Amino acid sequence: MSLTNDIIKEKLIEKFGDQLTNFEEPYGMLTFEAPKEMNLKVMQFLFDDETLRFQFLTDLTAVHYPNQKGRELAVVYHLHNLVDNIRLRLKVFTDINKPDIFTATKLYSSANWMERETYDFYGINFVGHPNLKRILNVDEMDYFPMRKEYPLEDQTRIDKDDEMFGRGGTFGFGTERNKTGETMAEEDKGNVGDKIV
Amino acid sequence: MSDQLTAHHVKLPDGSIEKQTTTLNLGPTHPATHGVFQNIIEVDGERIVSAEQTVGYIHRAFEKIAERRPLYQITPLTDRLNYCSSPINNMGWHLTCEKLLKVKTPKRVDYLRVLIMELARVADHLICNSIVGVDAGALSVFLYVMQYRELIYEIYEEVCGSRLTTNIGRIGGFERNFTNTAFTKLEKFLDEYPKVLKEFENLLTRNRVFMDRTIGAGPISAERALNYGFTGPNLRAAGVDYDVRVHSPYSSYEDFTFDIPVGKTGDTYDRFLVRNLEMWESMKIITQAYQKIQEFKGAEAEVYHADIPEYYLPDKKDVYTKMEALIYHFKIIMGETEIPPGEVYHSVEGANGELGFYLISDGGRAPYRLHFRRPCFIYYQAFSEMTKGSMLSDAILTMSSLNLIAGEMDA
Repeated sequence: MSLTNDIIKEKLIEKFGDQLTNFEEPYGMLTFEAPKEMNLKVMQFLFDDETLRFQFLTDLTAVHYPNQKGRELAVVYHLHNLVDNIRLRLKVFTDINKPDIFTATKLYSSANWMERETYDFYGINFVGHPNLKRILNVDEMDYFPMRKEYPLEDQTRIDKDDEMFGRGGTFGFGTERNKTGETMAEEDKGNVGDKIV
Repeated sequence: MSDQLTAHHVKLPDGSIEKQTTTLNLGPTHPATHGVFQNIIEVDGERIVSAEQTVGYIHRAFEKIAERRPLYQITPLTDRLNYCSSPINNMGWHLTCEKLLKVKTPKRVDYLRVLIMELARVADHLICNSIVGVDAGALSVFLYVMQYRELIYEIYEEVCGSRLTTNIGRIGGFERNFTNTAFTKLEKFLDEYPKVLKEFENLLTRNRVFMDRTIGAGPISAERALNYGFTGPNLRAAGVDYDVRVHSPYSSYEDFTFDIPVGKTGDTYDRFLVRNLEMWESMKIITQAYQKIQEFKGAEAEVYHADIPEYYLPDKKDVYTKMEALIYHFKIIMGETEIPPGEVYHSVEGANGELGFYLISDGGRAPYRLHFRRPCFIYYQAFSEMTKGSMLSDAILTMSSLNLIAGEMDA
């Protein structure tokens, strides 16, 4: 039990130089970023190296950052060295218009379904995956629901009749309709505050 | 006549019926499959040539829903992951929050948590193992132990008021203290349960039929299991002594002495044995935890949550009578308490493996991204490799011994 975050970082920098960036240690877990073409090289090195031995893929998922132009999607790998009991987090960023990332299934069999799940929700195209199709959603879906452009409904909205959910009804919120028959937004009524009837 | 028919319709190879394979849909509503999983199995006679499995669509989008919810409102979602042991999921989630918020819990809370988590583990293993019995044709075992799971559910009921989806935890501790009745019921459990477990083992462990059915069914090597991301009892049955409770202790597990049962071959029988032995180890832990809890005297014996008014939901009685409590209650429920930005991964030893929570907070009222590492989801992909070449009836046993819970798989 002598492997520490510093040693891992040193070995990685020795091997890959300044291609790996953003070294951090949030809550004690070593986190860094690799260019997306290099994810397999880095993982292979982490897997094979005699002192590193990160041979267990704990978790694989993605995150969507719509504001980061050119690197909207992040694929996050959690790797675990079971011998020295140390974990690390590897991130790979990709453009949302061309979300191609090499698959890790050759290295870790567990990546198979986790990558399918990530594809299902974020549309990341894992190049070389043996069976890349939707897993939790139906095949006919043509969008990727976990992306931020599909937000859940705002729970504070009042422009719909939702008496059954504890709002509206007796208070008159969301029950008034305009001439075309649609429910009116609260701010369009002009009676916010004092004279709700 | 029959020659003509077969030759015309099925196109057999010359002179042979042995090479004909059949495609079977095992599930999603087949009585021998659990949940809504579908297995498309190609069989040659009764031997499986290839298998492909699908998860089934009861997807409830927990991760998406969590992106709109303050921390407390995510607790009911975690309850519904592995509903056979929902307290463990609860605790795992609250431990993750505490890690993010840098909250330290008192020792008594830790021990109470250990107590309730181990009870949940026993309940989960009991169901899984008796279901293995059912799938091998031994229904009586299942019916017999079901009434003893009741002992555990009664304790839950005493602590939090509900039985299946418990919602038992809070950030920093529990909603209320364990009552004396809860401890009386715990004593009853500690007194009665070992006998039941012994009897349960007597019925199955050395049962000739059961052994014939399970030994060698659905084996997986240690190396393959690791590569497939196995954790928990299924990995330990293959001979790897990895346990989150020991290797990254949380909630004061380092204060307890217990062994990690390990199998050899990773077949169904070993998985069954490992779970049985783990129940004994859990009983040890529960006994120790109970002793440790009794050592607290005076004011310390009343502690059941950390003193963090900005995160811990106040007592309902106080909410109605005290201004301070009302304000904190409002702020917590509306998600207006400050959550520091950061990203955290925390995992607990769930009843069937490493249950991980990957939480990214951007400082908003709800998590920016929450991902559950669900052990079932990861096991099930190995199913086709484990059953290739085995008999169809072995596949059923393999599936039940993996302890697949539909709610957890489809989160």
